[in-house]
Amino acid sequence: MTDEVTARDPQAIGAALRWALARDLAIAVRTRGELGVELLFFVLVASLFPLTLAPDPALLRTLAPGVLWVAALLASLLALPRLFAADFASGTLAAIALSPRPLAALVSGKMAAHWLTTGLPVVVLAPLIALAYRAEAADIAVLVAGLALGTPILSMLGAIGAALTLGARGGGGLLALLVLPLYVPVLIFGAGAVGAVQAGLGGAPHLALLAAGLLAAAVGAPLATSAAVRIALE
Amino acid sequence: MTLRPRASAASRAREHAPPPPLPASVTLAAQDLAARRGTRLLWQGVNLTLSAGDALVVRGANGVGKTTLLRVLAGLAHAEHGSVRWRGAIVAPHAQALRDDVLFIGHAPALRDELTAAENLTSLAALAAEPMTAGACSDALAAVDLAAQASLPARVLSEGQRRRVPLARLASTSRPLWILDEPAAALDAAGVRWLGARLAGHLAQGGVAVVSTHAPIDVPGARVAEMTL
Repeated sequence: MTDEVTARDPQAIGAALRWALARDLAIAVRTRGELGVELLFFVLVASLFPLTLAPDPALLRTLAPGVLWVAALLASLLALPRLFAADFASGTLAAIALSPRPLAALVSGKMAAHWLTTGLPVVVLAPLIALAYRAEAADIAVLVAGLALGTPILSMLGAIGAALTLGARGGGGLLALLVLPLYVPVLIFGAGAVGAVQAGLGGAPHLALLAAGLLAAAVGAPLATSAAVRIALE
Repeated sequence: MTLRPRASAASRAREHAPPPPLPASVTLAAQDLAARRGTRLLWQGVNLTLSAGDALVVRGANGVGKTTLLRVLAGLAHAEHGSVRWRGAIVAPHAQALRDDVLFIGHAPALRDELTAAENLTSLAALAAEPMTAGACSDALAAVDLAAQASLPARVLSEGQRRRVPLARLASTSRPLWILDEPAAALDAAGVRWLGARLAGHLAQGGVAVVSTHAPIDVPGARVAEMTL
């Protein structure tokens, strides 16, 4: 694990990122049905609440950030088992671990592909669903900014959990138990940013904390995930 | 269980053969290796020294730990005891020095069902930092008798065809250390002859190979040591 940090040349890191990103995106395009299911899941979960609640615009507006964030989190979680499980079962993960390229960069590429296929569509769709909650333009702007900063953190933390639960029985449920508590701070600051704007306080502090979390995860998660991948392959 | 290729033969070959293209220090050695599965010791006291041009064939019944030995030598798993040396230096699992040089083809074919045979092969080669051109890829697939299946998704290939896709990398790789787990299992007679010829070429160029097999693989003109676990 020690050579990851001192990976020799940036070219190898770039090549590793490109390889993992291009391959996982190519596979995602071939299996776009599954992606559609996850997005539909997000849209449905988020749309169910307005149907069940009293048609009170103020109430809906208050609930919107929390509901959208929980739905985004569940959609991200839904796609997590796929991140490493198929590669683990097929033996590709052993080939990935034995590659001369830095493993942390390879798993980073996979995380990026996970975000592009599950996080980014949620960021794009969220404003449309927020309209169903009578959200105002200022709310929506902060919501989208928060999701754009927060959903990559979900993908990165989720990747650690996905790698740790490889080969474990009841992997899916265990993964949720492991990862959901880690998601809590992201949820609090992401939904809190919108709440703060609605209260007239401005969402900048919450967004700054999310950005800090994003940077911390970008440094720590690839290293933790590559360590977990190696343990899983033992 | 101790195994050393005939030293006299090795030194004779070094005196007369032209200098190999790979660094002369290409040496795989293991001292007093042991592996555990659960509470049971799988094997212990395994010693080996393979220098440039040496091949080791690992035999043994199913479940004695051939795959485990190959995984330890490839740096995928920790040994319970002992150490592995590559190019003279002790290498921990996942050491960069080992990952730069090893070509490991395991039991699982490392294919993704969603990609075609050709895409899987080029993807595996690119992952190993040995990118393949489209021409090299179709030549390699033709060598393992998969020319007609190149553009089929891996999902529709038969089990034998799936296992041959990663083996196609042997056609063009320049890795000095080959570790192959049951490579002959999925090959027909012509495929085994091709594998033997590729192994012979690899060893003649100063490579090292560790191969587990049930079926005999004829490697013409090579120094092959055998180990039975």
